[in-house]
Amino acid sequence: MKPDLILRLVAKFVIPLIILFALYVQFHGDFGPGGGFQAGVIFSAAFILYALVFGLDAAEKIIPSRWLSMLAALGVIIYAGVGVVSLPLGGNYLDYSLLGGNQIAGQHLGILLVELGVGITVAAAMLILFFSFAGRGRD
Amino acid sequence: MIDIVIDVTLLAFLVTTSVAIVRMTNLFAIVMLYGIFSLLSAGLFVVMDAPDVAFTEAAVGAGISTVLMLATLALVKRPQKPYFDEAPRAHLPWLPLVVVAITGSALVYGTWDIPAFGDPDAPAQIHVARYYIENAMPETGVPNIVTAVLASYRGFDTLGEVTVIFTAAVAVLLLIGGRRSNQRIEGQRDET
Repeated sequence: MKPDLILRLVAKFVIPLIILFALYVQFHGDFGPGGGFQAGVIFSAAFILYALVFGLDAAEKIIPSRWLSMLAALGVIIYAGVGVVSLPLGGNYLDYSLLGGNQIAGQHLGILLVELGVGITVAAAMLILFFSFAGRGRD
Repeated sequence: MIDIVIDVTLLAFLVTTSVAIVRMTNLFAIVMLYGIFSLLSAGLFVVMDAPDVAFTEAAVGAGISTVLMLATLALVKRPQKPYFDEAPRAHLPWLPLVVVAITGSALVYGTWDIPAFGDPDAPAQIHVARYYIENAMPETGVPNIVTAVLASYRGFDTLGEVTVIFTAAVAVLLLIGGRRSNQRIEGQRDET
């Protein structure tokens, strides 16, 4: 990849902001627009920008492909696991009301964890898609 | 009033973009126009007070899809000439035009019976929407009703969606992913 100074500098400046915004969308999704899905996509966009500017190998050093497939599975496990936790507490599957001290706290915790699972899976899946497509053309 | 002006402007841009996409033969430019189309749709959703949907459309439609399509384009190598210039015309051009005109007018006729935008008595609003609006805040304590519905009331649906995304990633990995495994297969071929 050509050493585009301006591109690299702008990317280095923008990528932390994109990740910060993704985290804001992730954990502020209860109050403002957004949630796990959007946050995951924005989060992966930061890494895709990094891969586009600094090359695929540099990006794969930060997040190895093996981790990505594990992270994608981890998100689904978190989501499904939160549902299972409420079963021994006497609730229905995916009923968060019993996770906390009262209904509101339980719902809040459950939604937060579930959105986290969504975010992890979506971010990892998007990066898997990108790395698979972009890595295919070389060698 | 200002909403209508913005709506008409955005819809006019949407039509212009789609006509340009249909008429264009350069795949790279078409992918870029797809991104613009998604961004314009996101703008429309914002005007319709659906920031969550607009968010998704802008991030997925304009962002990730464009990157993925460009990556695919780099993979498949676009042809030197558009293929349809060489292929003989299979049928007369007025036949599709008639079909499109009839379908289009049927759809427009159908819109006459659609309730007005934001009509509180519309069938979509009187089923479960009222329950969510009244009970989402006291039951879940989450001010964003969209999040409450997606993550709590419709938790099963969202679990399914996440599983679909996971499955898509697994499918892509199995089909085209894993450069290392490709090399291994080629190495095995060399050995045998």
